[in-house]
Amino acid sequence: MRTSTRMAGALATVCALLAGAACGTDDAGGDSKDVEVFTWWADGGEKAGLDGLVAAFGTDCAEYKFVNGAIAGGAGSNAKQVLASRLSQADPPDTFQAHAGAELIDYINAGQIEDLSDEYQQWGLTNAFPKGLIDNLTVDGKIYSVPANIHRANVLWSNKSVLTAAGISKDATTLDGFFADLEKLKAKGVTPLALGKDWTQLMLFEVVLISDLGPAQFTGLWNGQTPWDSPEVAKAIDDYARLLTYTNKDTRDTFDWTDAEKLLIDGKAGYQLMGDWEAADLDAKQFTGYAFSTFPGNGTTFQWLADSFVLPKDAKNTEGTKCWLKTVGSAAGQKAFNTKKGSIPARTDADSADYPSYQQAAMADWKTQTQVPSCAHGAACSQGWQGALGSAMGKFSSDGDKAALRTALVAAAKQFVGK
Amino acid sequence: MRHRMRRWAPALIVLSPSLLLLAVFVYGLIGWTVNLSLQDKHNARPAAGYVGPDNYTNLFTDDINDRFVHSLKNLGIFTVVFIGGAMLLGVLWAVLLERGVRGEGFFRAVYLFPMAVSFVASGVVWRWLMNAGTGDNAGGLNAVFNGLGLGFLENRWWTDPDWGMAAMAVPAIWQLAGYVMALFLAGFRGIPTELREAALMDGCSTFQLYRHVLFPQLTPVALSALIITGHMSMKMFDLIMSVSGPQYLTEVPAVYVWQTLLTNDQAKAAAISILLLIAVALVIVPYLIHVNRVEKRS
Repeated sequence: MRTSTRMAGALATVCALLAGAACGTDDAGGDSKDVEVFTWWADGGEKAGLDGLVAAFGTDCAEYKFVNGAIAGGAGSNAKQVLASRLSQADPPDTFQAHAGAELIDYINAGQIEDLSDEYQQWGLTNAFPKGLIDNLTVDGKIYSVPANIHRANVLWSNKSVLTAAGISKDATTLDGFFADLEKLKAKGVTPLALGKDWTQLMLFEVVLISDLGPAQFTGLWNGQTPWDSPEVAKAIDDYARLLTYTNKDTRDTFDWTDAEKLLIDGKAGYQLMGDWEAADLDAKQFTGYAFSTFPGNGTTFQWLADSFVLPKDAKNTEGTKCWLKTVGSAAGQKAFNTKKGSIPARTDADSADYPSYQQAAMADWKTQTQVPSCAHGAACSQGWQGALGSAMGKFSSDGDKAALRTALVAAAKQFVGK
Repeated sequence: MRHRMRRWAPALIVLSPSLLLLAVFVYGLIGWTVNLSLQDKHNARPAAGYVGPDNYTNLFTDDINDRFVHSLKNLGIFTVVFIGGAMLLGVLWAVLLERGVRGEGFFRAVYLFPMAVSFVASGVVWRWLMNAGTGDNAGGLNAVFNGLGLGFLENRWWTDPDWGMAAMAVPAIWQLAGYVMALFLAGFRGIPTELREAALMDGCSTFQLYRHVLFPQLTPVALSALIITGHMSMKMFDLIMSVSGPQYLTEVPAVYVWQTLLTNDQAKAAAISILLLIAVALVIVPYLIHVNRVEKRS
């Protein structure tokens, strides 16, 4: 008897140590009214946006309770780690954040997320989102995620007074014109183009590819239609290498995007390429002397990325999750989220009067321009492909070896296209 | 034979719990990792069958940007610079202190102190010290050099393609040279004073004393220090992550494992881990054999 009590005590201890493993029968799933939403939005504009979404969820889905499963840090890499292990234990959150587009392929191939095509019809999302976006979200005829927002990646930010001092009065619309402007800035002794590390370099390379290949061919790079060893891509590598000579050579591999942004704010740099979260950040830092334009040579191309939510396969509270997804896709939900996060709604029927000036311009473009996806932010390529290109960019930044970069680009496409 | 058995049986019974735990949690997990490294395992899907040694051979033949080979090269540079620097500094400090200077305790504490700091904390500080900005954008050490009029010492530190990995070893040397010093100090203290006195009686110069009398006595200490710093450098992860992050330029195998895991290629990550384990074993096993032999002799 005494031994068995001791045994039970020991077992209880082991169970406590193995917290999370299935010990006993009472599953700590809690109330089925809970909807655990897993994101990496833990502070700043992202947190504010999430709070707005939660408020909308509270009104639309009053019978359910929002549970915040946010994991901070590492631009989402910490969250992805935790998510991967939870999914492999078949213990998913009720819904999780993922970049819309090719980044979802990993989850789709693994059979971890559910098809939402019927819900799209039911909620009228098929008509609310533009066709380009719908095409990009569709994998083998099915749609697996609901985008909460759209960010634009191919935006060139500038410090107005630095440009004026260098005698630049108009935004360049071609790469050649842009090189001429960069030369003027160089002569003034400022950093012409502020740049950060790996993924920010990949963003810059992508917009150069758009300029040299055009939107249709650029999109083809990611689905196997456009070869990576073409003369056009070689020209883009040349142009990119030339652009790098105008950047902060010493520090670019140590800088995050905010460090590069600081060069712009301090008047030490003329230009910076960055996604449009920069607008919200510049406003938050109360810097008003900035201007923006589409990256030279991109014409009417809108390079997008989106945060979206999914329905995991073994979600405990499927109905609650569906209510959350419906809120995310609804006009009210998108407004609550995007006015705070500095992004624009994925829906084309939103009223732009509710938004600040940058976002109004972006919303008009979103409706009319050619949409191409971004690889650096998971819309165009899978996580493995992103990693390979990120390190190829880092390597090129330090050794400048064009032939090696070309080989790496071709090898990455061969290995990752369609997966 | 039976007599022998009888001696072994109770010992085995007493040992069995810890043997069992070792078998499962150390060797079982290593076996599990080896097994994983021979499969095709992506994402959270069940493994898609055995692929033999492909995960290993691909690291050398089909790795984009030759990341694995590059990370090995980086590790080589880091190990040589780090061990060389830490041993030199450690021995130098030990020699200076073993003769009993005034305030020895104070100096010993100062030299040893960096070891008490966690790699992550010191990495954050060194990241700032080794700021790559030069000229007007200088920060950290470069700003100090400029302020002292030593502009020619300015350096891009770990973003310099030629010297980046060697620069990464600087914080590691700073942290562990004191540890090497402590080992050697203990070694010096262990040498019988008669030896030293006899050598001095015979008219040894200080140099000869160290060269022919004291240092030969310290061979086992030197070997321990080499092994300890060697295996530390092979597994270096936290320091590199906090100074440079997962940059291609300063990537080492341990960081590459983590990056590979993040992109959901578990089998490849397992293969790199196993290779790293073998490399560390190649350093440690001969040492263990050597120590066993020495113990048997004495």
